[in-house]
Amino acid sequence: MPAAPAAPAAVPSAPPRRWPDVSFRWLALLAAATIVALIFLVGWELYRGAHLAVMKFGVNFLHHSVWDPVADDYGAWPFIFGTLVTSVIALLLAVPLGVGTALYLTEIAPLRIRQPLVMVVEMLAAVPSVIFGLWGVFVLVPWLRDNLFVWLKKWLGFLPLFQGPIYGVSVLAGGIIVAIMILPIITSVSREILRSVPNLQREAAYALGATHWEVIRLAVLSYARRGIFGAAVLGLGRALGETMAITMVIGNRAEVSASLFAPGYTLASVIANEFTEATTDMYLSALFELGLVLLVVTILVNVVAQLMLRSLAGGGTGKVQ
Amino acid sequence: MADPIRLTSPLPSPRPDAPGPAAPVRPPPPGADVAFDIRDFSLWYFAHQALDAVTIQIPRQKVTAIIGPSGCGKSTFLRALNRMHELSPGVRIAGEPRLNGENLYAPQIDPTMVRRRIGMVFQKSNPFPTMTIAENVLCGLRLNGVRDRPLLRERLEQSLRMAALWDEVKDHLDRPGTSLSGGQQQRLCIARAIAVRPEVLLLDEPCSALDPIATAKVEELIHELKRDYTIVIVTHNMQQAARVSDRTAFFYLGQLIEYADTRTIFMNPANPQTEAYVSGRFG
Repeated sequence: MPAAPAAPAAVPSAPPRRWPDVSFRWLALLAAATIVALIFLVGWELYRGAHLAVMKFGVNFLHHSVWDPVADDYGAWPFIFGTLVTSVIALLLAVPLGVGTALYLTEIAPLRIRQPLVMVVEMLAAVPSVIFGLWGVFVLVPWLRDNLFVWLKKWLGFLPLFQGPIYGVSVLAGGIIVAIMILPIITSVSREILRSVPNLQREAAYALGATHWEVIRLAVLSYARRGIFGAAVLGLGRALGETMAITMVIGNRAEVSASLFAPGYTLASVIANEFTEATTDMYLSALFELGLVLLVVTILVNVVAQLMLRSLAGGGTGKVQ
Repeated sequence: MADPIRLTSPLPSPRPDAPGPAAPVRPPPPGADVAFDIRDFSLWYFAHQALDAVTIQIPRQKVTAIIGPSGCGKSTFLRALNRMHELSPGVRIAGEPRLNGENLYAPQIDPTMVRRRIGMVFQKSNPFPTMTIAENVLCGLRLNGVRDRPLLRERLEQSLRMAALWDEVKDHLDRPGTSLSGGQQQRLCIARAIAVRPEVLLLDEPCSALDPIATAKVEELIHELKRDYTIVIVTHNMQQAARVSDRTAFFYLGQLIEYADTRTIFMNPANPQTEAYVSGRFG
């Protein structure tokens, strides 16, 4: 048996240099801090810009429903209203469609068509906003005006929602366009959520003699319900801030109407449309304040969505089993 | 899942054989004490043959243990008994496993009905996290359209008692099923499986994630349950097989190597491979 090998000779080495480590750490910190600083800067600049309007109109700004640049009288309510209504319409349409698509993709579709379908959904997300807008103006709006809206008015016309003249461009058209645009995010987030449901849950239901639909209801949807809600809230965040396409189909009229056929206006649209023509300081400041309102609402919605999605990471009820 | 030929309309209409109040185990056909009669049963995952011409008779109201090294096909065999394997892609079978003389794979048999008659408990406990303890136990009955409250309450207590869990949970039946400890969750899953009064209970390594005390409780429970149920248990743990089972089957490379009384398998096996496995020389 050979003797134990001698300990290897120590490799001569210089003491490790510290400065690359230190400088890297500072650079990374700087990068991270930039993001935080940017958010605060944006918020601060918006507030500064809005200062004039905030001072003049105070809280009234939020529920005042006149927007009259000629008289320098500004209220945000028509825009807040338009934003909320279009977002709610978008969610009502996109959540069932998105969750349904996600369910099909995770639970039902044959394996070989899943990947192509996922790609199609993701392609929808890649379509530029303005293209949706063009399509909305030239295809969707005329079709809605001549078909769906007529039908709705005929059969559901007893509801205030579906009364009044039909122009085509309308709050409802805006909601539909936004629904199409938030569909990909809702679908892909829901799909991730559904995929995270442990197979053991499905097997538990199958072993009790559940049918495919019962398995989905009992084991999959109930496990994933909070995450799906998070996906919807995330979609809402997108819907609130959607600008280009909706500006092209909503009609851009600052009024509050019970009818979904009436034109409306959203926070994002009015800012994009009127910035170039804001000639007085007060006008500009009012637009800034609209931006501030939009920013605060979207950040809140996104924080809520993130919290809900995070609490899901551990399991359906936020509890690791 | 293969598209089942439905005998029954889907939920919510109650299934024809929804268990009644007494719901006895189906009376055995005269002269038969065989639950599963399986002859020349083979199973493939795509091109891979997982089970090779297995022939076995599993007795009624006895505990039958399936042992063998990993990948020997024992779990596959168990899952083939209640057609759970059909959930995996690319599965093909040959042979006619019969339960009480009835071909489980006959074209007019709905796999969901098979699973109603043959309950299953898994390696890892899997209560439904959004349901309470009571809802978990009763969810199989609810699936079958049982709405009768007194019956549900009675079944809840009965099943939990049979699963030796009642005393521990009776005061907080409305807590989430996942609030229980690991061993309790596994017994909850057993209660959930027996609440629908299946004819057979399949246990797929039910104790592999449990500590020794919880394991002892589940084993004791298996002893109790065998009075009412035919039990098939897959286990990695040979001491466990020796403790709980009446009959033991040794699988190796997809084949049934030896099947006999548990005592014989462990004390005096006929096949040298069995002998090598139970004495711990391989696997």
